[in-house]
Amino acid sequence: MAEIWVHVEATADGVAPITLEILTKARTLGVDVVALALGPDAAAQAAKLGEYGATRVLSDAREEYKQYFARPAVEAIAALAYQRKPLALVFGGSYDGRDVGCRVAARLGAGLAASATDIKVEGDQVKAEVPIFGATQVVAKAFRGAGPHVITIRPKAFSAEPGGGGAPQVEEVQPQLPETAMQVKILETVVEPSEGPKLEEAPVVVTGGRGMGGPENFGILQELAGLLGGAVGATRAVVDAGWMPYGMQVGQTGKTVKPNVYIAAGVSGAMQHTVGMKGSKNIIAINKDEEAPIFKLADLGIVGDVHKVLPQVIAAVKAKKGG
Amino acid sequence: MNICVCVKQIPDPNSPAKLGEGHRLVRDGVELVMDPGDEYGVEEGLQLAEKTGGKVTVLSMGPERANEAIRKALSMGAESGILVTDPALAGSDSLGTARALAAAVRERGFDLIICGTESTDGSTGNVPPQVAELLGLPHLSFAKKLEVEGNTIKVQRQTPDGYVMIEAQTPCVVTVTGGINEPRYPTLKGIMGAKSKTVDNLDLAGLGLDAATVGGDGALVWVESVQPAPERQAGEVIQDEGQSGDRVAALLTELKVL
Repeated sequence: MAEIWVHVEATADGVAPITLEILTKARTLGVDVVALALGPDAAAQAAKLGEYGATRVLSDAREEYKQYFARPAVEAIAALAYQRKPLALVFGGSYDGRDVGCRVAARLGAGLAASATDIKVEGDQVKAEVPIFGATQVVAKAFRGAGPHVITIRPKAFSAEPGGGGAPQVEEVQPQLPETAMQVKILETVVEPSEGPKLEEAPVVVTGGRGMGGPENFGILQELAGLLGGAVGATRAVVDAGWMPYGMQVGQTGKTVKPNVYIAAGVSGAMQHTVGMKGSKNIIAINKDEEAPIFKLADLGIVGDVHKVLPQVIAAVKAKKGG
Repeated sequence: MNICVCVKQIPDPNSPAKLGEGHRLVRDGVELVMDPGDEYGVEEGLQLAEKTGGKVTVLSMGPERANEAIRKALSMGAESGILVTDPALAGSDSLGTARALAAAVRERGFDLIICGTESTDGSTGNVPPQVAELLGLPHLSFAKKLEVEGNTIKVQRQTPDGYVMIEAQTPCVVTVTGGINEPRYPTLKGIMGAKSKTVDNLDLAGLGLDAATVGGDGALVWVESVQPAPERQAGEVIQDEGQSGDRVAALLTELKVL
């Protein structure tokens, strides 16, 4: 049976959601799903990987994968893939997945389909669907040659669900890691504390765009998000202007969110932004320009001044909560 | 420090893009600009060159018109440019593009290669790590802060919930995020001066590249079909007349958020 290898991202807290999302999809493809668990954190997660769809785990618990950036994983995966020739190597379209996956493709001279939102296996061929132009069109990409082919997957393209799979077969591997793999040292990992839920996981996201007027006006978005148990996001224009940090950016460059409710305040709806939020279940948009493209996506659009509408929304929400 | 900054010419992100024959991007009749994300790379290169007494060379790949993007970077203060251009490069996938850029870097030799994290049109970020891999160099990605001390490059690499400090020796490839700096505007003097700066053209022969490994012929990924994505239905749009707070609260109640 053809094999699809899935690169595992994990920390001491567990397996990253993107890996579980990819495994959930991979187990439906009629292939052998092999998880590449490199590093002590990933290697400790074999049972979880099996639960989400891995039938086998290639496991290497060496610390080097944690001490040095990207390249130990690149060397290991390239060496293993070169010997064993899986059909495809699948990585998260995440910070780490992209860095490793792109280099592996270059090393193997393999085709790379990036930021895919779907994978298909037809006979001995694998195909990837990639949204383009702000997800207004979908391109089906196919590969030349026998593989291995490399695919990176957009976060939240699939929802992660355990499939009740049994314990996977674990094979310990120890590919050679050359000196050159140890050229980028990881010195320190810093988690910046943030209040409330994470942007990618929040059930409600309140995003401010240029129309908010300035960073001093984001406090009202924080207040609304706090009342709704949500998180605050920002558009690229806001981040590029230095009003808010990059970690808050929603869009093609930035985070993909799919909350129950997305509130866009002073956001015009440039494609760059909408690609990161159009999967939201319900969208509420407030903008003073009735021609703003965001209204084409909104379930409820309010044409009005954010500085007048938002205080009304907060008052009404408080009244409901109080009552 | 001898610095190379890679830039890409793209259709103006504010105007809609489309695909033409062979599923390739339509460039005719479309306003083309230097990718706004590349302004951060150019600025970072210029600041480092000023600090270390070095110079910035701008590198791009594209048709002859891509010269305009290089001129933009030259008008910001870069010293010279290289345009990798050859009809056989049309239709390159990311690896073909990386091969051409890597060959140009190898040809000249640089201490530091700076790229934007990802282009605004393609947004995949494939090319910079691939250039690094082909050159056998380390890469440091998603830099929101960059420090140089002698031959050591230290980067604050953006992560979903903070950052990680990583460090390597030159030569290496760094990708920078928007927000790492405040890109300067070209001055009138800069714009005038850019016209007399040198931009060298390199073709496949000059790069020593085999046409079979680049362009449409060398691409290992091809577009089988293009379909419109399912559209989201627009809902109700109302004018704010002081009632919108209650409307939103009612909807939030209906959606069980309240």
